[in-house]
Amino acid sequence: MDEIQIGALVASTLRVATPLILCALAGILSERAGVIDLGLEGKMLMTAFTAAAVAATSGSLALALLSALAVGVAMSMLHGWGCVRHAGDQVVMGMALTMTAAGLTVVLALAAFHLGGQTPALPDALRLKPLWSVDPATLPRGLRGVSLALLGHNVMVYASFAAVGAVWWVLYRTRFGLRLRATGENPAMVDAAGVSVRRMRFAALGLNGALASLAGCYLVLALNASFSPNMTAGRGYMALAAMIFGKWHPLGALAACLLFGFLDAASIQLQGVSLPGLGAVPVQAVQALPYVMTVVLLAGFVGRSRAPAALGRPYLKER
Amino acid sequence: MADGQDLPRWMELALLPALNLALAMAVSGVLLWAVGQDPAQVLALWVKGAFGSRTGIGYTLYYATTFVFTGLAVSVAFHGGLFNIGGEGQAMMGGLGAGLAALAWSAQLPAALMLPLMVLAAMLFGATWAAVPGALQAWRGSHVVITTIMFNFIASALLAYLLVNVLKAPGNMTVESRAFADSALLPGVHVVLQALGVDWPPTPLNLSVVLALGAAVGVWLYLWKSQPGYALRVVGFSPSAALYAGIAPPWQVLRSMVLAGALAGLVGVNEIAGVHGRLLLDFVAGAGFAGIAVALIGRNHPLGIWLAALLFGALYQGGAEIAFEVSGFSRDMVFTLQGLIVLFAGALAQVFAPALGRLHRRLALRGPVEPARG
Repeated sequence: MDEIQIGALVASTLRVATPLILCALAGILSERAGVIDLGLEGKMLMTAFTAAAVAATSGSLALALLSALAVGVAMSMLHGWGCVRHAGDQVVMGMALTMTAAGLTVVLALAAFHLGGQTPALPDALRLKPLWSVDPATLPRGLRGVSLALLGHNVMVYASFAAVGAVWWVLYRTRFGLRLRATGENPAMVDAAGVSVRRMRFAALGLNGALASLAGCYLVLALNASFSPNMTAGRGYMALAAMIFGKWHPLGALAACLLFGFLDAASIQLQGVSLPGLGAVPVQAVQALPYVMTVVLLAGFVGRSRAPAALGRPYLKER
Repeated sequence: MADGQDLPRWMELALLPALNLALAMAVSGVLLWAVGQDPAQVLALWVKGAFGSRTGIGYTLYYATTFVFTGLAVSVAFHGGLFNIGGEGQAMMGGLGAGLAALAWSAQLPAALMLPLMVLAAMLFGATWAAVPGALQAWRGSHVVITTIMFNFIASALLAYLLVNVLKAPGNMTVESRAFADSALLPGVHVVLQALGVDWPPTPLNLSVVLALGAAVGVWLYLWKSQPGYALRVVGFSPSAALYAGIAPPWQVLRSMVLAGALAGLVGVNEIAGVHGRLLLDFVAGAGFAGIAVALIGRNHPLGIWLAALLFGALYQGGAEIAFEVSGFSRDMVFTLQGLIVLFAGALAQVFAPALGRLHRRLALRGPVEPARG
């Protein structure tokens, strides 16, 4: 592999890791506050559809982003209304959101655009463009690969990295973050300290919806040019796996997302290639690897990933 | 999943699911109206498509068979205190088991041996696939919800690998195995009825439906009429009480997952042995997730699950018929309704059950005072 090939591999790793990173951060925020989110897949799918549909009909990128944001936060508020306000089952709620979104997006897309469940392809003006366009050939040898790998991405790729830092800072360096983490570990204590558990969980879910909607927007505004049925293709669950693999920590999740993104990018390039000592690696094995690794980690055979103590338990205030 | 707050039994078992269902239907109706369709026309076509002809009824029962298996798989795990989202992967593995058995022996063995072998292989593969997350939950504390989701993806990758690289018939463009010999084909119900002198149009409905009846009765007998089933339910109800009563929770956790996996694996019999006669990729097609909705609306009871499965079978069949007749209608409307049912009957159960309870108490207080009995 030469410099250019490695650069291209890193670049495609970053591109496919971006929605995973945003989604995993969304998962971290809600789960550190004690709310399981199996609805990430559905939130991402629904917001992707919203962004694509609004962009296609209104021609405004800002309006598309805003409406996706509104839909994402609204889904999270429904999540909170059922599971935080009314102490419903969080796992069932996540499944409900995901299952409903899978059907609803196609029904709405069919009704609005008559394109077999797709939205019309967005013109280039409405898509997120690379921030810099550098032609590697003009650069001296040794910089070409690096520039290919790191430059030439759209704003959301860099924003997702910034979001990792921001979430880390909020969780570990602010009073809000301390309270949020405490809500996921010991809600009774948070309550005793005079902080509303309910409000903390709703706040966490609001941020969760916003980040999930960014992931959805990225799918239709950057990675693809339109919405197509079930286009998230399990990314929400893979983000969940990355979150667990990263031990519910933003930096750990970032590393896991990059690893999973790399496997995804490499599986395409590895197709039919014979590796020394391994032979031809089946593409399905590479695709299943993130899930296998997460199960192994969860089983505690290699390292240990511990969920927040109050995860999944509705908090009932004593009367 | 909430229980009705001291509601009378008829309310909890009949009225509450009916209300949840009605709410989901109402929202779907509004959605249909919003996308420019006539909900009344769709409803009429749906009933006609699902029940209006013998062919329709056959298809409805065929879909229902699959949903009974996945619904039971969710509910048996639920009675053991677990939420099994792995029905999808377990059903895929069940199909793989049945398919491998048929590919290996269908040329030599007669149907009388081959078919039971396929049923056993499907149950064994499904059970094994569920046993791993079950054991990890039981002894390592790995959350079964997450591990079963992961196992769904792993199962689908494994099936794809085996079909593409190992089992695909050479020279065949579609990703599927070669066809099984006739001994590995489960007879259709229309064939059996014809032999009995009843005329019935050919549908995919096959003898798996008898298996689904047996499975429901078996689950009922096991959970409510047998000692090991009692132990399983005790663990689901309260692991600490179970421990105090001398029941070891880890073994019950494993047992409920193994049973759930075996039940989900039977989907493979209905689809692979009953309909396709060969192993292919997408034969589960979301039935594992539909099982969650079926179990929720069926209140985790075998009889309720059968009724809910019939409803869902009708929805799938009716939905397919409407998609033929009404332009712009797609089966995705059915998937939306399915999600809404999980939302209202499951996720928001804590909202509606207490509201119903309050209403009932208020009405009961106002009503005539019942004379004290006995």
